Amino acid sequence: MGGVSGRANPSPVLLLLLVLTFPALAAVGRPEDRLADPVLESRAETIGRELRCMVCQNQSIEDSDADLARDLRRLVRERVAAGDSDAAVVDFIHDRYGDYVLLKPPFNAVTALLWAMPIIALGGGLIAIFARRRRSAAEPAPLTEAERRRLAELERDGAA
Amino acid sequence: MSETGKSRRWMLYAPLGLAAAAGAGFWVMLRGLQTGSYNPTGVPSALIGRTAPDFSLPPLDGADRPGLSAADLRGPLPGPVLVNFWASWCVPCVAEHPQLMRLSRDGVPVLGINYKDKTADALAFIRRRGDPFTRLGVDEPGRVAIDWGVYGVPESYLIDRQGIIRWRYAGPILAETLENELRPLLRRYA
Repeated sequence: MGGVSGRANPSPVLLLLLVLTFPALAAVGRPEDRLADPVLESRAETIGRELRCMVCQNQSIEDSDADLARDLRRLVRERVAAGDSDAAVVDFIHDRYGDYVLLKPPFNAVTALLWAMPIIALGGGLIAIFARRRRSAAEPAPLTEAERRRLAELERDGAA
Repeated sequence: MSETGKSRRWMLYAPLGLAAAAGAGFWVMLRGLQTGSYNPTGVPSALIGRTAPDFSLPPLDGADRPGLSAADLRGPLPGPVLVNFWASWCVPCVAEHPQLMRLSRDGVPVLGINYKDKTADALAFIRRRGDPFTRLGVDEPGRVAIDWGVYGVPESYLIDRQGIIRWRYAGPILAETLENELRPLLRRYA
């Protein structure tokens, strides 16, 4: 080829630069919002990943670009920088937004059924299997007098 | 025949009953969607049954209304009040506004919190559409909204005479919501 444009293939340097730009897109949030201390920042990110963005509802606040998620990211970093423990930061948000903000639901009266569901499903399945087995293994009821007579009649007719 | 036959016949009707129950449930859901009593993306508020969080917000410059703070929401109050988070840039707030005006005409105190807005825009909004608010606080950074667990405007909270938050509605209070939900609650907590 090469005849149409006369241009050579893109240089390897250009390709490399293009590839290097992709990771930048993966990080949501402005760099100035991040904490300078990498240890605190990574703690804040871990906490943020456990918190639901209430606007988009299926993303964590670390993954969402919604305004409220940005505010909550800042708030988490503020609390972390102020010296709060991870649990205290989560409690702070949980106190305001309720269970729904936690991507991993807590175990309580309302969520008990949710957590117990795998065990219930498994147990139910096992019970169903055993019930079927027992039923098929059980002896059929003996024939009544009338049935025996009818059977004898049929056998006799068949033989004739 | 008798014992097993009966249980077998029952199993024949079970799927029919199940489908009927599912259909009835679905119908209730759809009806709730229409009347506004069911919101599939709605989230229960953590504040129900509690008093309002501590806060103090400055008034909106030029609105001629006092600001709003938690002290205004502590019981005993003369009657239930509605706290409404709104913004001029929020389109559903436009749809909700006539209902707020109606409530204020009926003598229900509507306490406004202007969320992440520009002063001039907020002023233009209430000058053009009417001002239903007896008090109006400005939450430009949106921090007080987070303390309330607000996740989008408009959002409204009903507070009873003792200062307890009884109801939260995320989304615009439309005419149906007002009649079917808010009015009965206002009567109950009057």
